[in-house]
Amino acid sequence: MIRKFESLTTVGVPLDRGNVDTDAIIPARYLKTLKRTGLGAGLFFAWRYDAGGVPFPGFPLNRPEYRGGEVLVAGENFGCGSSREHAVWALSDFGFRAVIAPSFSDIFRNNCLKNGMLPVTLPAPEVRALIDALLAAPGGTVEVDLPAQTVTGPGGDVHRFDIDPFAKRCLLEGLDEIALTLACAAEIDRYERDGKKATPWLFLDLPG
Amino acid sequence: MPTLFEKIRDRHVVLERGDGNVLLYIDRQLIHEVTSPQAFEGLRLAGRRVRRPGAMLAVPDHNVPTTPDRAERIDDRESREQIEELRKNALGAGVALFDIADPRQGIVHIIGPESGLVLPGITIVCGDSHTGTLGAFGTIAFGVGTSEVEHVLATQTLWQGTPRRMRVTVSGALPPLVTPKDVILAVIAKIGASGGTGHAIEFAGDTIRRMSMEGRMTVCNMTIEAGARFGLIAPDETTFAYLKGKPLAPPPSLWDAAVEDWKTLPSDPDATWDREVALDASILEPHVTWGTSPQDALPVVGSVPDPEAQPDPSERSRMRRALDYMGLAPGTRLTDIPIDKVFIGSCTNARIEDLRAAADIARGRKVAPGVTALVVPGSGLVKRQAEEEGLDRVFAEAGFQWRLPGCSMCLGMNPDRLKAGERCASTSNRNFEGRQGPGGRTHLMSPSMAAAAAVSGRIADVREVTR
Ligand code: SF4
Repeated sequence: MIRKFESLTTVGVPLDRGNVDTDAIIPARYLKTLKRTGLGAGLFFAWRYDAGGVPFPGFPLNRPEYRGGEVLVAGENFGCGSSREHAVWALSDFGFRAVIAPSFSDIFRNNCLKNGMLPVTLPAPEVRALIDALLAAPGGTVEVDLPAQTVTGPGGDVHRFDIDPFAKRCLLEGLDEIALTLACAAEIDRYERDGKKATPWLFLDLPG
Repeated sequence: MPTLFEKIRDRHVVLERGDGNVLLYIDRQLIHEVTSPQAFEGLRLAGRRVRRPGAMLAVPDHNVPTTPDRAERIDDRESREQIEELRKNALGAGVALFDIADPRQGIVHIIGPESGLVLPGITIVCGDSHTGTLGAFGTIAFGVGTSEVEHVLATQTLWQGTPRRMRVTVSGALPPLVTPKDVILAVIAKIGASGGTGHAIEFAGDTIRRMSMEGRMTVCNMTIEAGARFGLIAPDETTFAYLKGKPLAPPPSLWDAAVEDWKTLPSDPDATWDREVALDASILEPHVTWGTSPQDALPVVGSVPDPEAQPDPSERSRMRRALDYMGLAPGTRLTDIPIDKVFIGSCTNARIEDLRAAADIARGRKVAPGVTALVVPGSGLVKRQAEEEGLDRVFAEAGFQWRLPGCSMCLGMNPDRLKAGERCASTSNRNFEGRQGPGGRTHLMSPSMAAAAAVSGRIADVREVTR
């Protein structure tokens, strides 16, 4: 069951960097788990801690003013690189429910939607203004209203965003996409029957 | 009118949702140990089964050590458990497995093509962003997250939107010692690390047509580094010749029909593109990266750029941070940068041609004092062929270590990794902070350039080394 996305009013956490890759979000050594949970400990590890494990006091996730914030605001091409869904699991485990950025990598955006995490794309100047406001006055709140498709910044500034209507419904209702697809089993069966005739070489199974 | 991508997509539509998304049939799925345990667990928890086990192939590659005793012992408990979990899940579901001691084991994107599993016109996914490698055969091949791995296990389908169409045309003869790796690094430098986001990129032009399947795979491998999930190359006689006789390729009774079908796949001459990019290969030079994004690639004759000359403030601060992380000063000549390690391997450059190219440089030379150099073949079959050709001895005599197949030093998950501050000349695909180990510094380049760096002890212009 996917967690439903409820609208949020929460502290906004600014991460003033572009091209944040999923290796930075969760380093490879944390990918050895067999679980989806517990990954928050490794979130942004190399940026949060020095080589001796001491937190960098200036990194936003370590600053008390931003503690408990559930919305991350970051630069363009967020989540690029590796497809690891662990990146979303780590953000989610740490407490984030939404990420706002000028653009996301395609795979990361998909991974968010499968885990009740909302990726909000806003124009770069609007994200810049949000980051600047959250840096200037740490602890400022951001409201994310999914039904209305708006983000309200700490200064009351309202930003509209677009989202695929199906993705929106899945998030709001916490839909299980596999169950929805399994309801189309008859169509999948038919596709396979036709395919075996048209391109039989694609249906030669590998020995298990 | 349709493009190669559109033709393949159209034949795989199971169902249209009416909002631009379609349910796409997925012909094949490759599975590795890192991104699949939670998918199999999800199936178990929901009481679901694998719909078509015979359409899957599983292999451990990310966690496996590359030292000879690995089949007997893996010291890292979590790595061992992931490999065991993959074995359990594959056997339990009846999914084919090339296990750690299997002579066909190797990096997931390398073993798929070798087995003949990757055919023109198919859709194929893997829980790994470099799945686009397989687009070199004229397929829709893309990386997915673990939830989508589970979706494909359960339904053999995925819901997909429509990417925009980009064509990158590469023309002209590649100069000596300039390789497909240099082509793709130059493309990424040109369009940027997010230039291909939302797009399927088709690579075309006479340079691509002359490339072997190995070279084409190197090009498609790094399309994700430009943000594009899909990289495609139209199938042709080179493709058919590569596939003929492979274990899982169409048997003789179906071969001719399959080839006839594959010949209908290339984009129509009047196909339309949302974006076109052109690259002149004849003036290309060997490339190397200086920063922490694959777009930070420059011809090796260049110098480390100066962030202060960058007008855009956010790019300026990104470059400053990259140089700080890399421990480099603006203006330093790239060929003056000393290196500690060399890694020749990964799904980008660990196929037989890559090893031959590196061996050509290593032959009769010696790894520079103080440098540790690894050669990690991409699969057991590549390793065997290289050994038959005597490449392992060339490397050993030059002072390179010859390892067992796996992802190795491409990512910091197995024992092969950089220590903080170490600098590596690497044939892999990502130079992100910490990618090869916490604090490690990566310079991406081709296999011949990496071998040239190994024997020079610094980043070197392979054309100078061989002069
Ligand atoms: S070699 Fe590197 S990029 Fe390729 S699959 Fe392995 S870890 Fe990923």
